[in-house]
Amino acid sequence: MAVPSVAAQPRPSILSRISESRNALGFGFMLPAAVLLLVFLTYPLGLGVWLGFTDARIGRPGIFIGTENYQYLWSDGVFWLSVFNTLLYTISASIVKFVLGLWLALILNENLPFKSFFRAIVLLPWVVPTVLSAIAFWWIYDSQFSILSWALQQMGLIDHRINFLGDPTNARASVIAANVWRGIPFVAITLLAGLQTIPQSLYEAATLDGASRWQLFRYVTLPLLTPIIAITMTFSVLFTFTDFQLIYVLTRGGPVNATHLMATLSFQRGISGGQLGEGAAIAVAMIPFLLAAILFSYFGLQRRKWQQGGGD
Amino acid sequence: MVMKAKRQDIDEGGMGYLQSLPRRVVTVYLPLLVFVIVLLFPFYWMTITAVKPNLEMTDYAQFNPFWVVNPTLEHIHYLLFETSYPGWLLNTIIISTAATFLSLLASVFAAYAIERLRFSGARQVGLGIFLAYLVPPSILFIPLSVMVFNLGLYDTPFALILTYPTFLVPFCTWLLMGYFRSIPFELEECALIDGASRWQILTKIVLPLSVPGLISAGIFAFTLSWNEFIYALTFIQSSENKTVPVGVLTELVRSDVYEWGALMAGALIGSLPVVVLYSFFVEHYVSSMTGAVKE
Repeated sequence: MAVPSVAAQPRPSILSRISESRNALGFGFMLPAAVLLLVFLTYPLGLGVWLGFTDARIGRPGIFIGTENYQYLWSDGVFWLSVFNTLLYTISASIVKFVLGLWLALILNENLPFKSFFRAIVLLPWVVPTVLSAIAFWWIYDSQFSILSWALQQMGLIDHRINFLGDPTNARASVIAANVWRGIPFVAITLLAGLQTIPQSLYEAATLDGASRWQLFRYVTLPLLTPIIAITMTFSVLFTFTDFQLIYVLTRGGPVNATHLMATLSFQRGISGGQLGEGAAIAVAMIPFLLAAILFSYFGLQRRKWQQGGGD
Repeated sequence: MVMKAKRQDIDEGGMGYLQSLPRRVVTVYLPLLVFVIVLLFPFYWMTITAVKPNLEMTDYAQFNPFWVVNPTLEHIHYLLFETSYPGWLLNTIIISTAATFLSLLASVFAAYAIERLRFSGARQVGLGIFLAYLVPPSILFIPLSVMVFNLGLYDTPFALILTYPTFLVPFCTWLLMGYFRSIPFELEECALIDGASRWQILTKIVLPLSVPGLISAGIFAFTLSWNEFIYALTFIQSSENKTVPVGVLTELVRSDVYEWGALMAGALIGSLPVVVLYSFFVEHYVSSMTGAVKE
C-alpha cells in the first residue's frame, strides 16, 4: 500500500486517512458491538462477582463482607442439594440427549421420502419457546388429569395414577424427560449436519473391505464425527447446566427442593428472597463448572486440528 | 452451493439399495415414527386442549381425552378479549424486533471488521465474541437487575431491548463472520481498485451478497428474543409490560384454579409466530446451522 508521496499533492484530509487505516476503521466498526457487550455483559459479570462478596439486598446497596456468603453456602444443605441436582440433571439429560440425538441423526441421514419435511418438524421442540412447551408438559404431568397416567392405565400397565411432579424421584425423572424432549432436536440436527460432511466413498470403501454395519459406524462415522460431537455436547451441557425455565415452570424447585438447580436457587434467594448478594454468590459458584465445560470444548477443537492434519 | 447440494443428493442414495425393505422398516421407519410421535405429541396435546370444553377436559370416563367431541373457541375468546394477552403479544413483537435490529446492526459492523478489515487484534476480539456467547443469562440476571434498576429502566421495554443483545450480538456476529468469509476477497479488491470506500464496499457489495446470512441471523435473533424468559421475568413487573412467556405463566395461573384451556391456547398462540416465521425460512435455518457447524 506504500504509495510514493508526491510533494505537490496536498496531504489527505483527516477523514480520508481514518477511513484508510485498518485499525481506526476497525475500531469504529467494532464500537457498537463492543459498547453493548462491555456495558451489558462484561461489566455485569464483574459486578456479579463483586455482589457475591457483599450483603446487597433489593433496594439497598450492600457492603463488603468478604467470603461470608460463600461460608454460609458451604454449610447450607440446600445449596449442596442444588449442586447435586444440577450435576445429576446435566449428566443424565446430556447422555440421553446424545444417544437419542445421534440415533435420530443417523435415521434422518438415511435416504428418506419427505426428508426435508421430517427435518423441519423434528426441529419444532427447539424452536418453540421453552416456557410455553414446558406449560404443555405441566399439563401432561398433571397429578389428576395426566394423559400419560390415563394412557398407561388404559393399557393396563399401572393401576393408579403416577404422581409425576409431587414425588422427589418422579419429579427429577419428569424434568429430565422434558429437558431431553426439548434438547434432542438441537443435537440431532447439528450431528446430522456433521454426518453430511462425511464422504460416501469412505463407506463404500469400507464395505468393499467387508466391514459390518456396526464396524462402519464404529470405525468410519464415529471418528469423523467426534469433533462435532465435542462442540455440540459442550453447548448442550452448558445450556442444560444453566437451565432455569423448565424447572421454574414445572416444579419451582420442589418437592422439598428435590429439583432445585443452581440457577433456580439463585433466582429464589436473589430475586424472590431479595438477598442479591447470596443469589449472586450461587451464580458465581456455577462459573468453575462452566469453565470446565469450555476447556473440554477447547480440547475437543484441538483434537480436530490434528485429525485434519492441519496446523490451524 | 447448488452443485454441492446436487452431488450430495446423488451421494445420499449411496448404498441404500443394499438394504432390504423389511430391514429398513425396522431400523429406519419404525424408530422415526416413534421419534416423530414423541416430539410432536406435546403440540398435539396443546392444540387439542385449547379447543376442548372444560367438561370434556376433566371427564376421562365419558370422553376419550385424545379427541375432542365439541370443539370450542371459548378459551381462545377468553384469552384474547378478557386477559392482557394481546398486549403481551404486542410487547413481545416490539421488544423482539427492536432487539433484533439493534443486534444485527452491531453484528454486521463487528463481523465485517473482524473478518475483513483484519485490524490488529481481530483474532483475539473474535475469540472474545465467541466466549461472550458462552456466558449464560442465568449468571448475569442478578447483576443486570441491579444495573437495570440503577439506570431507571426497570419495568420498561428498554430493559429487555438493551439486555437481549448480550446473547444476540455474539451469536449473530459469529454467524455473519462465517458468511462474510465465504464472499470472495477478489470482489472487494476490485472495488478498492475502482476507488470504492470501505463503507461503499460494505453496503454495495458485501451486504447484498450476504442477504441469506442476514435473514438467518435475523430469524435466529428474533426467535431467541421471543423465547427469552429469565430477563423478562426479572426486569418486568407490571402486567401490561410483560412478554408472552412471562405473562402466560405468571398471569394466567391464578391461585389453585388452573385454566388449562386458556393456558394451552396461550402457549399455542405464543408459539405460532416463531413456528410460522421458521417454516417460511426453514431451508435457511437448517443450512445456516450446517454452515455454522462446518466452520
